[in-house]
Amino acid sequence: MRIPCPFCGTRDSQEFTYLGQAGLKRPDPSAPNAQAAFHDYVHIRKNPAGPNSELWLHAYGCRSWIVVERNTLTHDILGADYASPVMKEAAQ
Amino acid sequence: MNHQINRLKDGGLIDRAQKLTFTFDGKAFEGYQGDTIASALIANGVSLLGRSFKYHRPRGILSAGSEEPNALVELRSGHRREPNIRATMAELYQGLEATSQNRWPSLDFDIMSINSLVSPLLTAGFYYKTFMWPASFWEKIYEPAIRRAAGLGRPPVGNDPDHYEKAFAHCDVLVIGAGPAGLATALAAGRSGARVILCDENNILGGRLLSDERTIGKDSGLEWVKTAESELASLSNVTLMRRTTVFGIYDHGVYGAIEQVNDHIASPPAYQPRQRSYRIVAKRAVLAAGAIERPMIFGNNDLPGIMLGSAIRTYINRYASLPGRRAVIFTSSDEGYTTAKALEQAGAVVVAIVDSRKGEMIQRAQGGKHLQAVDIQMGNGTIRSVECDLLAMSNGWNPAVHLTCHLGNKPVWHDGVHAFIPDKLPKGLTVVGSANGRFTLQNALDDGFRLGSEAAAETGFDTAASHAPTTDAESLAHQPIWRVTSGKGKRFVDFQHDVTDLDIELANREGFKSVEHMKRYTTLGMATDQGKTANIAGLAILGEVSGRTINEVGTTIFRPPYTPVALGALAGHHVHKAFRPTRLTPSHQWAEEQNAVFMETGPWLRAQYFPKEAGEDWLSAMAREVVTTREKVGVCDVSTLGKIDLQGKDVATFLDRIYTGTFSTLAIGRVRYGLMMREDGFVFDDGTTARLGENHYLMTTTTAGAGKVMAHLEFCHQVLWPELDIAFTSVTEQWAQFSIAGPCSRKVLQKIVEPAYDLSNEAFPYMSAGEVKLRGGVPARLFRISFSGELAYEIGVPNGYGDALIRAIIAAGEEFGITPYGLEALSTMRIEKGHVAGGELNGQTTPRDLGLAGMVSQKKDCIGKHMSERPAMLEADRPIIVGFKPRNKSAKLTGGAHFLDLATKPSLSADLGHLMSVAYSPTLKSWIGLGILKNGRQRIGETVRAVDFMRGTDIEVEICDPVFFDRMGERLRG
Repeated sequence: MRIPCPFCGTRDSQEFTYLGQAGLKRPDPSAPNAQAAFHDYVHIRKNPAGPNSELWLHAYGCRSWIVVERNTLTHDILGADYASPVMKEAAQ
Repeated sequence: MNHQINRLKDGGLIDRAQKLTFTFDGKAFEGYQGDTIASALIANGVSLLGRSFKYHRPRGILSAGSEEPNALVELRSGHRREPNIRATMAELYQGLEATSQNRWPSLDFDIMSINSLVSPLLTAGFYYKTFMWPASFWEKIYEPAIRRAAGLGRPPVGNDPDHYEKAFAHCDVLVIGAGPAGLATALAAGRSGARVILCDENNILGGRLLSDERTIGKDSGLEWVKTAESELASLSNVTLMRRTTVFGIYDHGVYGAIEQVNDHIASPPAYQPRQRSYRIVAKRAVLAAGAIERPMIFGNNDLPGIMLGSAIRTYINRYASLPGRRAVIFTSSDEGYTTAKALEQAGAVVVAIVDSRKGEMIQRAQGGKHLQAVDIQMGNGTIRSVECDLLAMSNGWNPAVHLTCHLGNKPVWHDGVHAFIPDKLPKGLTVVGSANGRFTLQNALDDGFRLGSEAAAETGFDTAASHAPTTDAESLAHQPIWRVTSGKGKRFVDFQHDVTDLDIELANREGFKSVEHMKRYTTLGMATDQGKTANIAGLAILGEVSGRTINEVGTTIFRPPYTPVALGALAGHHVHKAFRPTRLTPSHQWAEEQNAVFMETGPWLRAQYFPKEAGEDWLSAMAREVVTTREKVGVCDVSTLGKIDLQGKDVATFLDRIYTGTFSTLAIGRVRYGLMMREDGFVFDDGTTARLGENHYLMTTTTAGAGKVMAHLEFCHQVLWPELDIAFTSVTEQWAQFSIAGPCSRKVLQKIVEPAYDLSNEAFPYMSAGEVKLRGGVPARLFRISFSGELAYEIGVPNGYGDALIRAIIAAGEEFGITPYGLEALSTMRIEKGHVAGGELNGQTTPRDLGLAGMVSQKKDCIGKHMSERPAMLEADRPIIVGFKPRNKSAKLTGGAHFLDLATKPSLSADLGHLMSVAYSPTLKSWIGLGILKNGRQRIGETVRAVDFMRGTDIEVEICDPVFFDRMGERLRG
């Protein structure tokens, strides 16, 4: 697999480590149902057959956490960008 | 010495000036440079090469390529011995040693060939049917017996003495296969200026053009190959990789390849690898892998002397070796006549051409260890027996579609060419020539020139189209037959796994009608050749007996590797000590001088203990180091702890969210112990963190956790809270850090630190941090923290001063009786103090389980807080940390032992918890341990059993407070 790191360019997948689904929002710890929300945040995943947003760390590169759009059926990579909006903005 | 009785007088691509000697089963033979083991043995009149897998039938050489199912040998000897080497691919070298395999006691006389007579026992599914009962027989009787009886070669016993390498290669256009189609493709792409890599599994380029006499334009096929090769060699943008098999296609244009760098000589020259594994990254790739000729299936079709027609032409034209003198041709295509012509030209007599299209068939072959005659069923039904020593089979070709299927696509049957051809292709791949079912030489050149230009153009290299030259005409008219069942004798479909057509019938009859089921029930295509000559016929026969077309039957899944790949080549240099780097502490050289004994902790090599005189064992050395440290002073290298430097205006906020405790309230110049959880509420890591300035903290992590804590912090910053204004970096290797512990530690330190710094308890109390200068001006960081429970300091200096500092500390401490201490003493002292470490931070414990609930601030959120407070985590009888001592003071504790109430039978439901860390405490003169126990805190003073089935111990232990020594902490505050 080849992953297009927004900072380093396209690199072999062995430079990266995988975490899982991207786009999860850490729940508000002070909300009344916080414990249930945290349960879902930690354990519930979409596991889609098709396009999926995933978090990868460019561990043996620039150490950026990136969001990779990957089709789980075809392994096609549709794009990748910094997970951090601050880094995204700085790159522009 | 045997003579090369079957070597043709002239011709061939062998170098007759370079005579080579080699041995097969200990017997000496001669051959030439350019031979393979197979071609040299044919030249020497040897046709029996091995015994078959299940029935131990005599087998010879079927093919002349990588598809060979029969002619497998053990190559080389000793630690370099390699089993299952295809004699058709192994190049001859001076002194080569090859041994036949799967026979006992000898190839000529093999006791196991009795299997052939009792074969009803060994039909498809015999493993499942015969050896069902009783289960205990399997391990002791059935399996060892089957393994000896049914097997391929023997692996070497010792370590492989050779090296293997891994490499990357990048190109615009990768061309797989250097036959006519591949050469044409590479020429067209190369002329455009695109970066081209051309790979071929052979040592010379040319493919079938090396084996058949052809005309291209005005040149012979061989001349055309030479011209093409020299043009390609002259192009700096083209890389020719001979002896390189592209074995797999992976996602996004990544191709796996193995280059057999030095397999063609006895052993690699110094500093050179035997093989090199490549990941080739290609924008476009063109598959020109050619095709594999199909055998015929009839009675005893596995006898030595029965060969593929194309292979016979290869042995004659490329190797000048004549496999037989009285030949019969069995063909379903016009190609049989080409073989007949080649044989006649080489001086053999073709006694019959059996053309299935005329209704003629070969029913059965006869012979013992070599073909002696064939039974021909004539068009009118009469049977005629014809003596012969060679049978050439031509039954059409199967395109080598394997690589097109590795990403999940399946080929489709094409009636026009009577073959499976690629259908949907992996992105970036196109197929040319016979690999695409376009079998003529003209097709190959036309495809190559056209698609080679096209591939280059797609990567941005436009060029004027190169036109393919015109070739001589050829006729490939063909109507395949799948089996001839009228004769006696076993009819082999898969030669290497001894699968016959009747096995396929049996599988179908017993309900294994799906092609995937049939494959596994019969093991068709599951040998090291992966059924290259077998699978398609197997599908056709399954279709025939189940009343389906071959397309309805479909193919099984093709997976990498295309041909066998040595695991060593995939591992490359990452073996043994080079599996990962070894990290050495700053005091390593000094510790070596002290004869320290080292141990691996994560990636680090750390001093385990420092034997005072030769022969002092770890237990006495550890005890001495602990006692000296507790009574006087000791020093230990703690540089391996992870160190992360954090700066920025939001660092305090960040740390409050990461740690269970509060760090925003930490005063500058102070240190605090910190505990981190994962978001699921279990403890992740711990360490001390110092505040060096308003917006500047220095975090330490455990040795093992350093890498994962760094990634966690980066996740928290970049993904969870990117708005925080912070920056941090690992400084683990930038600082050498030593712990000086014991009642005299301050006195030692005062001799090292410049006198201007006041180190008194009042000026620099417990949990202080600050920058100091050492005598001589070296800047240092000083922390008054203690893992041992003694008055202790950690002093850090820039890494390069580490060696000088340890020597200075030892010199300064000499008058106080200082001892260096290793990991054993460090660990004993922390267990005596009840400090948690690796054994307890096992990913299954919450802060509460470790008695650290008080460290979780209730005034704020942090990572993992909510999940650690789920109801099940707070249940009163959830095991909690306590200390343990054996009732019998001389008894030893063992980590991992489980606790049971006295007089309770061991069972999962009776399990009360387990021991996590143990040590012999010289301070208490007893073994002590930390573990978790249900209701542990309420049971202090009681007795439970500690049962360890692994080590066979069962002892009574007293439950006690986890802090065994100096519970009030008076020593460390002194």
